[in-house]
Amino acid sequence: MAKKIYTVIIYLLLGILAVSCMVPFLLMLVNATRSGNEIMSSFTLIPGDSLKENWDAVWSYFNLFLGMWNSLKVAIPATLLTSYFSALTAYALAVYKFKGKKVIFYTIVVFMMIPGQLSLIGFYNLVSSLRLTDSYIPLIIPAIAAPGTVFFLRQYLLSVLPMSLLEAARIDGAKEISIFHKIVLPIMLPGIATMAIGGFIGNWNSYLVPLILLNSPKKFTLPVMVASLNASQDIATNQGAIYLAVAISVIPVMIAFCFCSKYIISSISAGSVKE
Amino acid sequence: MAYLFVLPFVVVFLIFSVYPVLRTLQLSFANYKGYGEIEFTGLKNYLRVFQDKFFWRALWNTVKIWGVNIVLQLSLAFLLTIVFSDIKYKIKGLSFFRAVYYLPNIIAATSVAFLFKTLLDWRYGTINQILLKVGVTNPIDWLGQTSTAPIVISLIQTWMWFGNSFIMLMAGVQGINTDYFEAAAIDGAGRWKRFFKITLPLLRPILLYVTITSLIGGLQMFDLPYLMGTVDGQPFGSTQTVIMYLYKYGFAMRPKQVGYASAIAYVLFLLILIISIIQFKVMNGKED
Repeated sequence: MAKKIYTVIIYLLLGILAVSCMVPFLLMLVNATRSGNEIMSSFTLIPGDSLKENWDAVWSYFNLFLGMWNSLKVAIPATLLTSYFSALTAYALAVYKFKGKKVIFYTIVVFMMIPGQLSLIGFYNLVSSLRLTDSYIPLIIPAIAAPGTVFFLRQYLLSVLPMSLLEAARIDGAKEISIFHKIVLPIMLPGIATMAIGGFIGNWNSYLVPLILLNSPKKFTLPVMVASLNASQDIATNQGAIYLAVAISVIPVMIAFCFCSKYIISSISAGSVKE
Repeated sequence: MAYLFVLPFVVVFLIFSVYPVLRTLQLSFANYKGYGEIEFTGLKNYLRVFQDKFFWRALWNTVKIWGVNIVLQLSLAFLLTIVFSDIKYKIKGLSFFRAVYYLPNIIAATSVAFLFKTLLDWRYGTINQILLKVGVTNPIDWLGQTSTAPIVISLIQTWMWFGNSFIMLMAGVQGINTDYFEAAAIDGAGRWKRFFKITLPLLRPILLYVTITSLIGGLQMFDLPYLMGTVDGQPFGSTQTVIMYLYKYGFAMRPKQVGYASAIAYVLFLLILIISIIQFKVMNGKED
């Protein structure tokens, strides 16, 4: 009996915590359908009928779908570059013996510990002297060198790759690069996917670096665009429109999360339990 | 062949990671507006950082906001880990709850900031409307008082991050051999004893990882307080974090004080380094 009561209480508390994780989003959805005046005067969980007006208000202020498209234009190539080049680098570090290998490896470890703010000013300085501000290039190209991902994939490769497979392929006369593409890459795929999911989310949500680099509103990525709500006076008076703007930025991520939460969670677990 | 494979990484790494870090270091010894001449001034910027009471205020704000958050976040994550790893009451639904608890973390901090800023609005916000309905007489100015604004930001951080910590701790517990727990249970060790004698010591490496990554991330907090309290950390600078302070001098101000902002970056880095080393020593040192 005591066990039963305990179990019920535990589930109740877990449920309350789960609700508290979702309620702000629920309020957001409800308020996105109500007019600014309705929201200011009272609170309710029943959706209103001002979705269309709010939509028009948001649309007249900015095009959030352009923001999404811009975010995709940065996040997808950046994620692909990180995945491919990290795998290639990790493979070289795991399999070959060469001069300077140790130096590269230790530099990677040191740079994993260095917080990003240390490079922020130098990075901006470099980008502006290359005249690359307000372009996506400095948001994408640096993704080729992702120390954390290389480190993780190297450890991953050491634990999953049978060296005899490489020997066999070499005896058959396969070229080194095609060994990497045809044999190693497929074996690494689960590890790469784990890192790619985390990398994509990070890129998609990134705010500070795009904020300092992008000037023209039509190039803004989604977070920078959402943040520009701060500057707008006419939309700030209409809370319904603000809720809708936030909702539009949140809903695609939530839908994606419903489908791949399993992979996202395993990518976090993998990050903490290192070999 | 190996050189060819690592070449793209090394080139990009040198240009976009190593060079900027060294460039920031160089600029930290100079006077520079972001254009025009770079005038080297030795340690002047560093001396100024140490005497700048607004820097120390920003640092203290950051530590306070992070500190409240990490305590709450880890307590919650630990409680959840204990609940879900209990061998007597087999609580089901781990993957469901884990996903729901993680949900706030996946949303961009910019969206989270606007969502809460609007919900917490003093006059028209939904939270105050609910409170008024349940009998609170005066609306609370959550984001307008120095007594509440930093705590609100801590709580939002906790809301965003406890799921992440829980997943990491749970992954650690799942890596522990269940024989230990069963053997201890047979020997008569209770739930708390099992937790303190088996789970906690075996989780120490992961706990260290979680707190150090949280520290490095937390001391760089920017998006949430910046969007909720503007660059000056309203109200009265109580939510201004170190990175917001750095951003003010390095990017927002006209003319910029790039050298000073660089010195702030390096002072913060040294502090993070020292705290991490202490943390590492303390948490690893318990073993012997």
